[in-house]
Amino acid sequence: MANNTTHTIEYKTLTKILLILLFLTLITIAVTSIHLGPLTVTVALLIAGTKAFLVLSNFMHLKYESLLLRILVAMVFVLFALIVVITFIDYAFR
Amino acid sequence: MSEKTVHVDEHRDDEASKLGMWLFIFTELLLFGGLFLVYSVFRLQYHTAFHQSSLELSVAIGAINTVVLLFSSMTIAMALTAIQKNDQKRALIFIGITLFCAAIFLVNKYFEWGGKFHHGLYPGSELMSLLDRGHLLYFSLYFFMTGLHALHIIIGMILLIVCLFQVKNKKINTKDYVLLENGALYWHLVDLIWIFLFPLMYLIT
Repeated sequence: MANNTTHTIEYKTLTKILLILLFLTLITIAVTSIHLGPLTVTVALLIAGTKAFLVLSNFMHLKYESLLLRILVAMVFVLFALIVVITFIDYAFR
Repeated sequence: MSEKTVHVDEHRDDEASKLGMWLFIFTELLLFGGLFLVYSVFRLQYHTAFHQSSLELSVAIGAINTVVLLFSSMTIAMALTAIQKNDQKRALIFIGITLFCAAIFLVNKYFEWGGKFHHGLYPGSELMSLLDRGHLLYFSLYFFMTGLHALHIIIGMILLIVCLFQVKNKKINTKDYVLLENGALYWHLVDLIWIFLFPLMYLIT
């Protein structure tokens, strides 16, 4: 059935992704322990975003899903980003 | 027109059930997204208080839980790979490891929260009511967000236990494994939320 199109991800690939994720976690902890001021949050969020992208595309198989689904997922994050921006504009100009 | 051929339609649409799971995941993402929004607004207003409060949390426990969750996320992805390769035994082992990791996470959380409770720090406690607004907001958000996340861990565990038995009964097999796929998606969601919770709650400066 529809399953025939599903992609199988090898154990080796999954292990590699995990190692990258663990490495990124280590960097986050290292970066936040040195004081970079406001940059710290930016770096921490950028790394978290990268980790989220890796989990979504590999562990959650999005890399191999239909374009429709990938666009839908992207839209949710765009929607959230818009909500954040609008809220902060509201707070900044109050 | 000699013989009647019986045609049985299997009512199954894996694409649709996966899409349904994703739609549910979207609502979950926006639920936690809303909480992250509340967090960031108050963090901006009470910057120092949030920083001071976060020092009360143990980065070590948070880091261990991060590693445990990332690892479990990989093992559940491997369980799916195993079932796709028609390797029932390995699939069972991988789901088992994932459940074990989930249990470790909850035990860690129990000790973490237990320590706070022991010091009189819990929602509605006398100590909490004495805190100033910034600290109060941080700890309220901490308990609510990690609590809601822990609830998701428990729900995910129940879902994966169902998957475990279905794999055992061969209801989930190499030809029909969409339930395990959706269970795995839910588990990855739990991991995804923690990826943001950990730096924001434990590591803020």
